[in-house]
Amino acid sequence: MKLVVLVKHVPDEIVDRPSSAAVFAADMTVDRAQLTGRLSEADEYAVEQAMRIARRRLDVQITAVTMGPPEAIRTLTRALALGADEGVHIVDEALHGSDAQATSRVLAAALARCGFDLVICGVASTDSGMSVVPAMVAERLGVPSVCEADGVWADPGWADGDVIVARREDGDHVEDFAVPMPAVVSVTDRVGEPRYPAFQAIVEARQKTVRTWSLANLRIPADEVGLAASASPVRRVAPHAARRPALLVDGEPDAAAARLARHLTEHQLI
Amino acid sequence: MRPVLVLVEGAERDGGASAAGGADGAVRASAFRLLTLARRLGDPVAVVCHPVAAYGVDALARFGAARICVAEPADPDGKDTAAQSAVALEALTELAWQMDASAVLVPSGRLGREVAARLAVRLGGGIVTGAVDVRPGPDGPVAVQEVCGGTYRVESAVRGGTPVIAVDTGAGEAEPDPVDPVVERMFVSVAESSRRVRRLARRPKADRRPGVAGASVVVAGGRGVGSAEGFTLIEKVADALGGAVGGTHTAADRGWCPQDALIGQTGAVVHPRLYLACGISGSVHHRAGMHHAATIVAIDTDPDAPIFRIADVGVVGDLHDVLPALLAAIARQRAAERGGPTP
Repeated sequence: MKLVVLVKHVPDEIVDRPSSAAVFAADMTVDRAQLTGRLSEADEYAVEQAMRIARRRLDVQITAVTMGPPEAIRTLTRALALGADEGVHIVDEALHGSDAQATSRVLAAALARCGFDLVICGVASTDSGMSVVPAMVAERLGVPSVCEADGVWADPGWADGDVIVARREDGDHVEDFAVPMPAVVSVTDRVGEPRYPAFQAIVEARQKTVRTWSLANLRIPADEVGLAASASPVRRVAPHAARRPALLVDGEPDAAAARLARHLTEHQLI
Repeated sequence: MRPVLVLVEGAERDGGASAAGGADGAVRASAFRLLTLARRLGDPVAVVCHPVAAYGVDALARFGAARICVAEPADPDGKDTAAQSAVALEALTELAWQMDASAVLVPSGRLGREVAARLAVRLGGGIVTGAVDVRPGPDGPVAVQEVCGGTYRVESAVRGGTPVIAVDTGAGEAEPDPVDPVVERMFVSVAESSRRVRRLARRPKADRRPGVAGASVVVAGGRGVGSAEGFTLIEKVADALGGAVGGTHTAADRGWCPQDALIGQTGAVVHPRLYLACGISGSVHHRAGMHHAATIVAIDTDPDAPIFRIADVGVVGDLHDVLPALLAAIARQRAAERGGPTP
């Protein structure tokens, strides 16, 4: 069984928060050169979930795939330290500024090339957080998907072939879905805390294979991806004054509570 | 003007038909905001993927849905939520092609995002999710998103034949514009890949109260709660709002709340839609765990507490007075919504 985890190299919020003034470059993309990158936190859960599936089966190989600048190799190394067996790094200058369409196209091409039974993704990257790439990749590959699953099992020995079971919470109900492989799932932070890698694993990660693919390897024309081909070009980026605090209620508890309840209802929060 | 498609989600009223995961004919309020935005871009067409009752149609018409398409699966075995998103996807694809729609607006929930993603691949245009505002631009709609915790606003043109935009409908108001609707029915056949997803079970959550991680509403208590008994009040509010119970370092250390309810740098980091901080001053440790919440409401006696600097709504007062009053106010409002007698 071949598990592929899609991971993303994102700005490290904790390191970069104080200098967030210089987040955007002149072409209005996130200025990644100015920022320290790391493996997206949501993707750590995806790697962990892959590890949990691998532990229950003998026939699992985990591949971590990332599309990103040359520095994204650090993210791959981290995924390898967390348990992936090999890495694929898609790097090409033409990819800079790619939108979700181009990203999903490149990732789908990479998945078709390396082969997969199950693709696991984090629920959303911590930088752009569109949460659409997993379903877009699934659509391009023509496979079923379960997005934002709170639990995933892929135990062998199901009567009806190789099936993964995904659990999702929907309001006050829990739903279980069975999906035949190959399939794409994205997992939330409820699937289980990622482990902290042992020193040994961090050292060994440097010895694992990382393949580097360019757009030419994936047979995608360079002019169909990247900033120029983006179908959602950014027109304007403006700092937005924090609205907080919008409202300070003072006075008698009853009146204050009624005002608060009204505010919450108006904003559809309750 | 070219039509603009709006995906309408079904609403469940109290317990009604919830076992089937369906709806009982009502529509979610998110549709009204979508219709309001759609009117700016063209002629709104509401696409409904569940059985809709007359009052649901009336509600849509009140917000300008001149045309309402009710889609049903051609093979009637799809009555669950997986099928609902699949039906929505097929219906929107079909209508976008047929009507040459200028845009598709969907609510930015899980269902909406999944539909938007697959639809965008099929239509080949731009996609933006989490838009707080949409307006017409020179080359297609312009979507406004908030990034970096709301410190930046990004405006993007969404290009392509039929761009797809998932809208955060809570970020703006809906404005009515009554019309006489035309209701059409359509049958769609679901794609092979989504038919393969089978629902095994749907059951009520064993633990009524969700955990703090991933909860959409968190009610948290701090030193101001005063005692373990005081936390029952926090729990009551959490239950009334359908939320999780959280606590600060102090509360967890003193055993007022369980350790896994601890929110902060060394505990859980939460991103709820609503965070209700009760008797919490807002230490750096605690803020690190909750400042990403969409809306922060703080209740504390000290008007100078740091929590008020990051709160959207601050209530200066003793939580032991304010929370019971809040519970009563919520109960009153819910009773009024149901049209029942007001206590």
